[in-house]
Amino acid sequence: MRFILQENKLKLAAPTDPDNKPITALTQIPHPETNPNYSFSQDLQHFLQGRMLLHDELPFPKEQLQEHYENGYIHYHKGISIEKSKPICTRCGNSSRHQFAAFPCARCGEKECLYCRQCIIMGRVSSCTPLLTWTGPEVQTKESVPLKWEGTLSQGQAHASKKVTEAIKANGELLVWAVCGAGKTEVLFAGIEAALAQGKRVCIATPRTDVVLELSPRLQAVFPDIKVAALYGGSEDRNENSVLTISTTHQLFRFHDAFDTIIIDEVDAFPFSADASLQRAAQKARKNVSSLIYLSATPNEKWQNECKRGTRPFVTIPGRYHRHPLPVPELKWCGNWEKTLKRGKLPRNVEAWITKRLTDQTPALLFLPKIELMETLLPYMKTFDERIEGVHAEDPQRKEKVQRMRSKVTPLLVTTTILERGVTFPGVDVAVLGAEDRIFTESALVQIAGRAGRSASQPNGNITFFHYGKTNAMNKATRQITNMNKEAFEKGLIDYVLPGMRN
Amino acid sequence: MFCLGCGTELKKVVSWHSLFAKEEGPLLCQECLEKLELISGEVCRLCSRPLGQNPYQQDGMCLDCLRWEENEAWSGVLDRNISVLMYNDYCKELIALFKYRGDYAVAAAFASLLKHQLGTLTYDLIVPVPLSPERLYERGFNQSEALILSLGKEPAHLLARKHSEKQSKKSRHDRIHLPQVFQITQQTNLSGKQIVLIDDIYTTGSTLRHAAILLKEAGAKTVISLTVARG
Ligand SMILES: [Zn+2]
Ligand SMILES: [Zn+2]
Ligand SMILES: [Zn+2]
Ligand SMILES: [Zn+2]
Repeated sequence: MRFILQENKLKLAAPTDPDNKPITALTQIPHPETNPNYSFSQDLQHFLQGRMLLHDELPFPKEQLQEHYENGYIHYHKGISIEKSKPICTRCGNSSRHQFAAFPCARCGEKECLYCRQCIIMGRVSSCTPLLTWTGPEVQTKESVPLKWEGTLSQGQAHASKKVTEAIKANGELLVWAVCGAGKTEVLFAGIEAALAQGKRVCIATPRTDVVLELSPRLQAVFPDIKVAALYGGSEDRNENSVLTISTTHQLFRFHDAFDTIIIDEVDAFPFSADASLQRAAQKARKNVSSLIYLSATPNEKWQNECKRGTRPFVTIPGRYHRHPLPVPELKWCGNWEKTLKRGKLPRNVEAWITKRLTDQTPALLFLPKIELMETLLPYMKTFDERIEGVHAEDPQRKEKVQRMRSKVTPLLVTTTILERGVTFPGVDVAVLGAEDRIFTESALVQIAGRAGRSASQPNGNITFFHYGKTNAMNKATRQITNMNKEAFEKGLIDYVLPGMRN
Repeated sequence: MFCLGCGTELKKVVSWHSLFAKEEGPLLCQECLEKLELISGEVCRLCSRPLGQNPYQQDGMCLDCLRWEENEAWSGVLDRNISVLMYNDYCKELIALFKYRGDYAVAAAFASLLKHQLGTLTYDLIVPVPLSPERLYERGFNQSEALILSLGKEPAHLLARKHSEKQSKKSRHDRIHLPQVFQITQQTNLSGKQIVLIDDIYTTGSTLRHAAILLKEAGAKTVISLTVARG
């Protein structure tokens, strides 16, 4: 596709037009003024508003889209813009050279049409493909969307809920720092209701599809008057224009100036590190004036410091919903465990920990830093109990294995991943072997510890970090947990502290 | 360098297979390479399909090829098909990324697999399998031509599409008797010429035979197809 500039408008060029160019090669893209008398397509408005899409993604004829552009209802954007002779993908923000490639393009006829490989799964953005946004009037939303929820908030939740609502009303930013098991989803309900009442569009964004699948039905149930759109790769709601959207990072890249409120879940909990592209996607998808709410059980060090210094607005929920304190990890030295493993054995204290769980029939999770270790270790562990299983993040049988663990068929699960969110095994004990590994950051360790003691009937659980040398991350994780317990006790969110928790 | 399949950085040079042109280094990481499966062992001498324990074979030919060769109109039209990879899940994924998502760069990884095979052939011309104008616009490039260019060769545009038609849902009988979908673009005399057709996948062999028959009618001495995968 090529354009020409005519009467200060872009026109779709015929191959014979002189001076026709792919969109990236144009120095400027004029935006015609909105013609109030133009009768625009409402279907198109619904489809495109708040989004940034390719022609290929729009089931409307090119000529119709062009007409909307000429009447000021659509903007064309360069799919790839060149800044300081460096390409940047307008959709996904990619600017790494190696994530671009060039090809002889049948659409624009250029020998080297540049395209972005990073977001190619959503359709190719290249030098000759414009991205389209809606600039006409917004779709009118319902006046009020009542929240239908009978539950009650804990004291800690109620406080956070109030803060979230304030931030949303004031278009502010807020970090909700809630311990694992605090019940952070309920904290959002009142805020979302307030946003919808103001005619705002709300999006909850997360890096993971399982979170979308878990949250959507919960939100749909409490807001039955609207259709909640669940967006993930392959979902059917992809083109749904809803006032409440739950989306994965990737789907968020299709949005532009779309939301008045964005709630980013688990901003840095998984996969063990912050997701820069999620941040970028969120910035692009939010409106200029909008609120941004972050949810995290384990904000990174930078954010923790900003909270301490008072430069980042935040609210904590330091206590669990069930009013019991968080179990605190024990740190145990286990020598050069890698060497022991190579000899086909386990460090003695680790073996003792495992046998005790098996004898007492306490369900247990054992975390390892690397997948390869699992392959060495599993055959040996199966000699203790052949029902012991191993699971890793890309395990095709992950779901089945988690299910077997949940139904107590599997007594102990060896794993390299935090498993699905919301997956709790009541009464589980948790150990990490090789806790000094770099992969076990402070937040990863807090998340791992957060698996234990989740149910009200079994609120305690043993957490042991087996290590070959204490790391800062281990100490900080332990301190974070004890501090949260202390704060929760002081605020009256939990009923007691356990001995040894008072440091 | 980064893996064309999964994007991870290629750290060390791995020697997975001698089929890779050494000077370029591998374009896929070890993990991606291991997910691909080279065609090996006993294969159909006409189409590269692994014969294995398949009882339906004769004279080193698979049943499909036997049928083609029994048919007077098609016998000997395609001299041979050479495929490099089994069409397993990962191969399917890579071809989809290349052809349907339009990630042109992946052609280079496939080309590095085809290079060795092409080197074993004597040929005068390399001909791409054409796409319809609509399909070409939709994809932005012709995968067959992309492979030829990535092999560093000049495509000879001898064929064009007559009209486009979806083939996948037709029965075998329909395919064999399908009206010609291609036409010769230039009335060049191909007498005595040895021609290589290149494409991403050999599935039923119908498309490639429809291309081959025109080339043979124009005088070509041999037509061999070289494809990435045997579907
Ligand atoms: Zn991109
Ligand atoms: Zn182009
Ligand atoms: Zn790879
Ligand atoms: Zn055969």
